[in-house]
Amino acid sequence: MNMNLNTPTETEQRMDVYASSGYPESDDHLDARDRMRTPLTGDTDEEPRPTEISVRGLRAGYGTKEVLKGVSMDIHANEVTAIIGPSGCGKSTFIRCINRMHELVPSAYAKGDVQFAGNNVYSSSVDPVLLRRKIGMVFQKPNPFPTMSIRQNVLAGLTLTGRLSGSEANTIVESSLKEAALWDEVKDKLDEPGMSLSGGQQQRLCIARTIAVKPDVILMDEPCSALDPVATARIEDLIAKLRADYTVVIVTHNMQQAARCSDRTAFFLMGELVEITNTDRIFTAPKDTRTEDYITGKFG
Amino acid sequence: MQEKRSTWRETLFRNACLVAVVIPLGLLALLIGDVVADGIGRLNGQFLSSYPSRFASRAGILPGLVGSIMLVVLTASLAIPIGVGAALYLEEYAGQETVGDSLAARAARVWDRYFATVIEINVANLAGVPSVIYGLLGLQIFVRVVGMGRSLLAGGATLALLVLPVVIIASREAIRTVPRHLREAAYGLGATRWQVSRRIVLPSAAPGILTGAILAISRAIGETAPIIVIGALTYVTFVPNNLSSEFTALPIQIFNWVSRPQEEFAVNAAAGIIVLLVTVFSLNLIAVLLRNRLERRLR
Ligand SMILES: Nc1ncnc2c1ncn2[C@@H]1O[C@H](COP(=O)(O)OP(=O)(O)OP(=O)(O)O)[C@@H](O)[C@H]1O
Ligand SMILES: [Mg+2]
Repeated sequence: MNMNLNTPTETEQRMDVYASSGYPESDDHLDARDRMRTPLTGDTDEEPRPTEISVRGLRAGYGTKEVLKGVSMDIHANEVTAIIGPSGCGKSTFIRCINRMHELVPSAYAKGDVQFAGNNVYSSSVDPVLLRRKIGMVFQKPNPFPTMSIRQNVLAGLTLTGRLSGSEANTIVESSLKEAALWDEVKDKLDEPGMSLSGGQQQRLCIARTIAVKPDVILMDEPCSALDPVATARIEDLIAKLRADYTVVIVTHNMQQAARCSDRTAFFLMGELVEITNTDRIFTAPKDTRTEDYITGKFG
Repeated sequence: MQEKRSTWRETLFRNACLVAVVIPLGLLALLIGDVVADGIGRLNGQFLSSYPSRFASRAGILPGLVGSIMLVVLTASLAIPIGVGAALYLEEYAGQETVGDSLAARAARVWDRYFATVIEINVANLAGVPSVIYGLLGLQIFVRVVGMGRSLLAGGATLALLVLPVVIIASREAIRTVPRHLREAAYGLGATRWQVSRRIVLPSAAPGILTGAILAISRAIGETAPIIVIGALTYVTFVPNNLSSEFTALPIQIFNWVSRPQEEFAVNAAAGIIVLLVTVFSLNLIAVLLRNRLERRLR
């Protein structure tokens, strides 16, 4: 019995949509496919892939402090994009700008062009609440809701927003937990508190909770940094599988992790994107000497 | 030598603290003991179920007791929703709007923060205003302008006004203890500000909010000045049966008996005080049990 939420056909269809008419042609400067081929910082000869999110000139910060100083990059559909860089360079700020979580911090600001599903997410027609249902987020520290059971945690996104119809609840719980590779461990104790699980299980519960909302993109901010190596390995396996149905962006401090589970890697330094390229290439033959210095451990 | 002196100081400090606890508790016990000794004999079914009378032996506390209980219910049901709403606004909404860069968005942000600051300062100041002033405010606004008359509703509204600042301050403290990462998790799932406030913040903050509200409201039960000012009666021969009914309350009834010259009325007053204390304690007890149940359910 295949309980996947997104059957292969659905995924294909989705990719098809993005490949054909993902973005409005009339919009300002570039046509979507031109954008994809536009050489950014780095490689030019990789095969063209549909772009899920296209960031141009993103500036963001807190109060008078500018953290992101004009970042431009594309995030490809059904790929894992890793973001690496020294502490404080703006990795978290960057991914939080993508689903407009950034603005929840008082004094935060962001401006620029973040194209997703045919709109600039910062245009006034985009509702950040609806955007976050399409671009989900997994946080550094596992944060299941402490008052809720495992089942309630998985369904939280739907119950919180009043979108759960009773008949589908069990199906969603099972399929989301299966996709998050947690089902076998919890299927007999769905009504126990979410907090009763181990850290790694809690993090997979949080991933299941994100999946249950049926997003297109999952952002992960150092999802393994609070976990032990075994739990980390399980999450990495999971990320590799998630790629089939979702576009994944993962911030990590761990370069082996980026190397193991991402397709492309972006290197950030002091609020700027230094380069983004195929992961195997960035670790073997980075274009920029700063990237090389960072990867070889000269700083950071 | 050094060591010895510090243990000596330790002992002194400990004993000083003990004295600081024993003296007020002792005085309180003495006071209560005295009142109980005076009044316990008078406390019977007749006393609890009778109306005031010229004759001390026929007088009873019923209208005051019913009045006070109704006042508490009214005060709580006005002050808690409004106070919690104000606290939620100040903590979750104010100054959090729009990231826009346009002039309008910036102006909205500045206005929002300015407004929140003004409210904040006022709430803190209002908590220190003497209760008799609230009575005058209630007299002017509720009794005269709104035209509620000297009714139970006017009394409840006035007491609600009195406890509102404390309820707001306590609720804000409770709301602030809700961890940020829970809010973030909910926002990340596409919940609106209202959904996050209602389903994540409020349930987690509820026990703390209740504690603050209980303390504030049980103070209000004993308040005499504001309801005297708005004109609660001192001689009521009926039980208030609707919100616009005139009323009396326990502290007023007690005050009235205390001020009579006859010895027998002083006994009535002592019995009345026992009734008031028991009422306050049992309301507190109910509220604490309620809170504990809530806390257990949330854990
Ligand atoms: N709430 C905030 N208010 C003010 N400044 C902040 C806030 N959050 C982050 N910053 C600042 O923004 C800069 C970038 O922070 P960010 O969290 O994006 O970095 P990061 O690359 O994710 O770092 P790390 O690897 O340590 O998580 C830092 O200099 C930080 O001090
Ligand atoms: Mg970070």
